[in-house]
Amino acid sequence: MWNVVLSELRKLRRPTLFLGTMGAVVFFSALFSSLLFLLIDSPQGNSDRGRVVTREVLSLATGGVQGFGSVGGFLGIIALCVFAAQTAQEYTYGTLRNILVRQPGRLRVLAGKFIAMGFFAFVMIILSAIISIAASVILAPRANVSTDLWFGADGRQALMTTFINIIISVIGFGTIGMVLGLLLRSPISAISFGVLWLLIVENLLIAVKNSLEEWMPGAQLAAIASGGAPSGIGSGIEYSHALTVGSLYVAVGALVASILFVRRDVSN
Amino acid sequence: MSNTAISVTDLSKKYGERMAVSHATFEVPLGTICGFVGPNGSGKTTTMRMLLGLITPTGGTGEILGESIKHPEKYLPRVGAMIEGPAFYPALSGKENLNYLANLGGFSTDRVQHLLEQVGLGDRAKSKYKTYSLGMKQRLGIAAALLPDPKLLMLDEPTNGLDPEGIQEVRALLRSLANDGTSVFVSSHLLSELELISDYLVMLRKGEVVFTGKMTDLMLDQQPVIIAKGANDSQLATLLAIAEAAGHRAIIRDSAVHVEGPAEWALEFNRAAFDAGITLSQLTPQLPNLEETFFEMTGEK
Repeated sequence: MWNVVLSELRKLRRPTLFLGTMGAVVFFSALFSSLLFLLIDSPQGNSDRGRVVTREVLSLATGGVQGFGSVGGFLGIIALCVFAAQTAQEYTYGTLRNILVRQPGRLRVLAGKFIAMGFFAFVMIILSAIISIAASVILAPRANVSTDLWFGADGRQALMTTFINIIISVIGFGTIGMVLGLLLRSPISAISFGVLWLLIVENLLIAVKNSLEEWMPGAQLAAIASGGAPSGIGSGIEYSHALTVGSLYVAVGALVASILFVRRDVSN
Repeated sequence: MSNTAISVTDLSKKYGERMAVSHATFEVPLGTICGFVGPNGSGKTTTMRMLLGLITPTGGTGEILGESIKHPEKYLPRVGAMIEGPAFYPALSGKENLNYLANLGGFSTDRVQHLLEQVGLGDRAKSKYKTYSLGMKQRLGIAAALLPDPKLLMLDEPTNGLDPEGIQEVRALLRSLANDGTSVFVSSHLLSELELISDYLVMLRKGEVVFTGKMTDLMLDQQPVIIAKGANDSQLATLLAIAEAAGHRAIIRDSAVHVEGPAEWALEFNRAAFDAGITLSQLTPQLPNLEETFFEMTGEK
């Protein structure tokens, strides 16, 4: 399996893919965090969907990672695209037959690819964390936000929690991308379907029937990234619920795709 | 230790109602170059895919280098293959593509540059695959197949897109590999190429094996033919009728009449044509080549 991981990393580190993706991560991480502080007094809000994150909230121990938390869902979409493209392109390029001749253990191939892409996602998350937090630290004084609590024990705890939540969420999104890649066997189809579903279809369905939010895969993974709604307040998805339902989606999808991958003839 | 590189018995693959390969049974001895021929859609690539573990047979059994095809992991590290043309990552260079496959198979990357030079890509090793010509892509595919220093090499149409010089180089490469003990199983639509290099032959038609054995045995079994041409094509029908009237099987192909019969009958044929008012522009007795034998056995053309 480690042979697969090593060879996949060789592919993932090519400059156009690596630098392109990391460039997007840097740009959006800086943008999301900067807007929190630059638009702090804007009546249109300073966070996603016009939400207002006040100075008081940003001054809490969790304030330093507020921007990083906001960009988590976006990192998930990037991971979905990368995982889907890297998986489905083996079919469109016809390279899957080379891979399976050199590494006939199909589950090992899947696991190796998954670990390599997981590592890629991990680098993406670390970079995002560094950029988001750096942007927050630089811009906080200009927005009159106190950073005293950010660097205490609670601040470090918040960073750790957010980091782990984002890893779970991003790997979940990535797994969905990989599953779509295996099922649809075309990067364009897999990415289009995944992104359209997560950004448009889910939101439309939730707008039509609010309670569906509790059961949509993208909503669960986004809730995990943001740490979920506090329990018992009746609005938003609770973390434990999101983790359970999200894991179920990811596990069932991965199981079905793995069975298909192992059994399906490679005839192209 | 088995002395066959490939051995299959009743190997079959069915897609819906269509039998892509039907009860194929053949053996390829170790250390030989075996040509694998058949018209388009006869099941060559499907058979190769089954032998490489890419698709599951509907029935039958097979062994590669003494191991069952149910366990490709046991023999694939000793097998090199290029199936249905080369397939690589366009954004990686030729060298990076081979390094990728070497890592994947657990082979040393030290051989990569040597292999690229062996197939004539040494100076383009760092160029992206997407910039390669068809012939260069084909050469890279052959280099990839040689990565494991294989005991068995399976190549599907390896000379596709190569210029005459490239074809000659591949022929020489395969011969030298076979001389070093590598078994080569190669399909090609260039039958004249296979005739030059193959020791052994497996011929498929509509998924069924119609011949398997030594190339020399196949050719010796064939009837000699006399090829005759008149001054123009309109005389071919008359020549055909003369041959058939004399009790010989004959067909018109490539603006000539091909008559099955001994070389001695050519004299009589010439006389009969002359009596019918036809002056022959060609009268050549010869043993059929592989292409003609192939058409004869597969019922093509």
